[in-house]
Amino acid sequence: MSFLPHTREEENAMLQAIGVSSAEELFRDIPRELRLNRPLQLPAGLPEKAVWEEVQRLAEKDRHTDNYLCFRGAGAYEHYQPSAVKHLLSRADFYTAYTPYQPEISQGTLQAIFEYQTCICELTGMDVANASHYDGATALTEAAIMAVEATRRNKVAVSALVHPEYRETMQTYLKRRGVELITLPYADGLTASNDLSSYVNDEVAAVIIQSPNFFGSIEDIGLFAEFVHGKGGLLVACVDPLSLGVLESPGRLGADIVVGDGQSLGLPLSFGGPYLGFMACKEKYVRRLPGRIVGKTVDRSGREGFVLTLQAREQHIRREKAGSNICSNQALCALAATIYLSLLGPDGLAEAGKQCLQKSHFAQQRLAALPGVTIPYAAPFFQEFVVKTAEAPAVINQRLWEAGILGGLELRRFYPELENHLLVCVTEMRSREEIERLVQVWGGDR
Amino acid sequence: MEKLIFEKSVKGRKGNYLPALDVPDCPVEELLPTAFCRKEAPALPQLTEVEVVRHYTRLSRLNYGVDTGFYPLGSCTMKYNPKINEDAANLPGFSKIHPYQPVDSVQGALELMAKTQAYLAEIAGMDAVTLQPAAGAHGELTGILLIMAYHTARGDLKRNKVIVPDSSHGTNPATAALAGCQIIEVPSNEKGGVDLAALRAAVGEDTAALMLTNPSTLGLFETQIKEIAEIVHAAGGLLYYDGANMNAIMGYTRPGDMGFDVVHFNLHKTFSTPHGGGGPGSGPVGVKAMLEPFLPKPVILYDEPTQRYLLDEERPQSIGRVKAFYGNFGVVVKAFTYMLMLGGEGLKEASEKAVLNANYLMTLLTEHYDLPYAGPCKHEFVITPRNTQQTGVHTLDIAKRLIDYGYHPPTIYFPLMVHEALMVEPTETENKETLDEFAAAMTAIAREAEENAELLHDAPHLTPVSRLDETQAARKPVLRWKAQ
Repeated sequence: MSFLPHTREEENAMLQAIGVSSAEELFRDIPRELRLNRPLQLPAGLPEKAVWEEVQRLAEKDRHTDNYLCFRGAGAYEHYQPSAVKHLLSRADFYTAYTPYQPEISQGTLQAIFEYQTCICELTGMDVANASHYDGATALTEAAIMAVEATRRNKVAVSALVHPEYRETMQTYLKRRGVELITLPYADGLTASNDLSSYVNDEVAAVIIQSPNFFGSIEDIGLFAEFVHGKGGLLVACVDPLSLGVLESPGRLGADIVVGDGQSLGLPLSFGGPYLGFMACKEKYVRRLPGRIVGKTVDRSGREGFVLTLQAREQHIRREKAGSNICSNQALCALAATIYLSLLGPDGLAEAGKQCLQKSHFAQQRLAALPGVTIPYAAPFFQEFVVKTAEAPAVINQRLWEAGILGGLELRRFYPELENHLLVCVTEMRSREEIERLVQVWGGDR
Repeated sequence: MEKLIFEKSVKGRKGNYLPALDVPDCPVEELLPTAFCRKEAPALPQLTEVEVVRHYTRLSRLNYGVDTGFYPLGSCTMKYNPKINEDAANLPGFSKIHPYQPVDSVQGALELMAKTQAYLAEIAGMDAVTLQPAAGAHGELTGILLIMAYHTARGDLKRNKVIVPDSSHGTNPATAALAGCQIIEVPSNEKGGVDLAALRAAVGEDTAALMLTNPSTLGLFETQIKEIAEIVHAAGGLLYYDGANMNAIMGYTRPGDMGFDVVHFNLHKTFSTPHGGGGPGSGPVGVKAMLEPFLPKPVILYDEPTQRYLLDEERPQSIGRVKAFYGNFGVVVKAFTYMLMLGGEGLKEASEKAVLNANYLMTLLTEHYDLPYAGPCKHEFVITPRNTQQTGVHTLDIAKRLIDYGYHPPTIYFPLMVHEALMVEPTETENKETLDEFAAAMTAIAREAEENAELLHDAPHLTPVSRLDETQAARKPVLRWKAQ
């Protein structure tokens, strides 16, 4: 399959206009010894029908959520995506456009980002939001860098219950900058708060808390905010935006920078990406916020319109003095989240959150009633919870998988001390019947 | 203009997407401490589905995409995005798989990723590829971190300087700074290539890497690349290839054969995945064998005895993760689909026609515009308007006037080294009529500049808004809607 338009006659006319006899001649500036003098070793091109059959063949090798019941989250969540989200995203004027450099012909993208920024501010209780970041892990990392730059301090204290892959990402970025990562230990399913002063002093730029945390528990953001503010540092909160119809906004609880992954707002699981990193902060940090930001202004006739603004922060202007190198972001994913939130509205978002809350608590109760299953933590949780099992988790999960159920994540993968612990996720997607099926098979009854 | 969606909101309107709760409705206060419960609902829009659909459909019509028309935005490679790419990424076997489901149940996804890595490695002449970076700049950061890890592992701890030419993308120096390196900028010579004397003076025992785009942002092939590589390698530094301009050279020459040690690819440029109004992109990174141990984890392995793909987390020398999970997988599916369609020969032909189109358009445009650096060009070229002093018409005016003629303007005022630059990249998927018509529009605009400068100063005339006040936007930032 080819997408090349020229007929032989047209090509000849073009070559003649240029003044060369063949297209090969246009590559004469590439030194002979650097030329690839053999064909690229890729398979021969295929017509579209054959390509479709090949990608289908690969896709059919995978088991997907249409044919198994998902009780696993850990940073990637199955929620209901209204059909309208996908249909609006497939409008080519949105998805085939570039970054809105020419505002007069990009008002669609620009206004949608302005609406997205507003939604993120409303959910998080922050003053400003950027136009998106790659994912939750990278947004969190850049938030840590913002805090380091804003406070001119060189240590960051991060909870052991921030997603392990987010912490690893942060480590990758920060170690080259000489920033020290201090890990706050956990106890009872929450970030330990009884001995904070041995970890957080006036050299710490920020305390980073995820809530709901990796174990699903809801952290007392206010407590950590108060403590770190007392030491002159910032509170960075990493949150699940879908929970914010039910849970208090981190801004109200004292957070200075709020980040997270917006995958839960209408984006498919897609094997971990593309997702949506969001970043929001208090007004006073706006000039340190990385990435694109859209602002409202007027045109020459006084009509309102939108532009990319505060660009003096960015790499294409400031080069090595920019706070970040980000250029491409996740604009289409941000659009998906905006459409999702507009379709659900405040009531719909609260309803989705409430169903996650109720169904996960129902599932927890039912599982706790099984012999050999205990609930190790009493902390409040949103849609994920930890269970401890007498039977090996791998055996339970194998039994579930054979019955078409993806069970909880084995926590020892990230927390070696937690043998026999599973992290179970129950979103609004699961019906009572499906939860009961989980409990039944888990208990050994196929 | 369209009202904001918040201004269309009516309290009480909503859609119903979920069935009623079918488990016991426990009072929320019993499940959560009051302090954790939301007191005030977020002011999200309250609308019916049809209202939301109309709102965003109308917004989409205020946009301009590749499907709308010609988009010669230099360095961005706005080629046609085949429709089958979208369908492939939406297959449930790709879009509805959890990143932590058993590895045996995602063999199709892993096979697709492994094959994509192999194809990219072959195209660039590299030994190994990671798909984890989410965008070009993210790939750059990954690449520089790999290079620093390599030097560190050799105990070569002095190397902290990254050299970039003055024609480089802004992401290059910004990346090096983000990775904690210092930046040395070297000037270009009169032909637009790297000034070798300046490069020789810049390298030393503190050189970590040189970052280079080839062809350069002027669209010119850097013919001295072998010498450049020798200079940097002799000093103990490594060469980083910014793959933004890969669309010019596929099947003709390979960064690996030019002497580059690390390369990033922009799948959203060269490999036809759509840009989405700013993303998501995907920025895989290829490396030579000596850098492979440092690749971000996990790495996809094929296990011969069990004949299946695995995700290897045991990578003691890895730089670590650069994001959660495995990269922008959905974007990778689209690029893979594209490579299957074109095959090796088709990719080479795509580059050939991209270069043909660029040279043809350059020939047409240089009748009325100046070419500060002579070609032949590769996939793009940089021109400047004539007589800006007399006419008072600048590049921005020309760009805005092009909008009235129905085109997306080229990249403007970049590279920074060219005063009044217009950077034009037609791509291979445009036909001759489009190029001829665009050239005619540019000729007409050159004439308008001489005869009626006001027309250009006030352009665009046919858009829903005219030129917007960017100074006011930055001086008094209004970055969100607020309830009255």
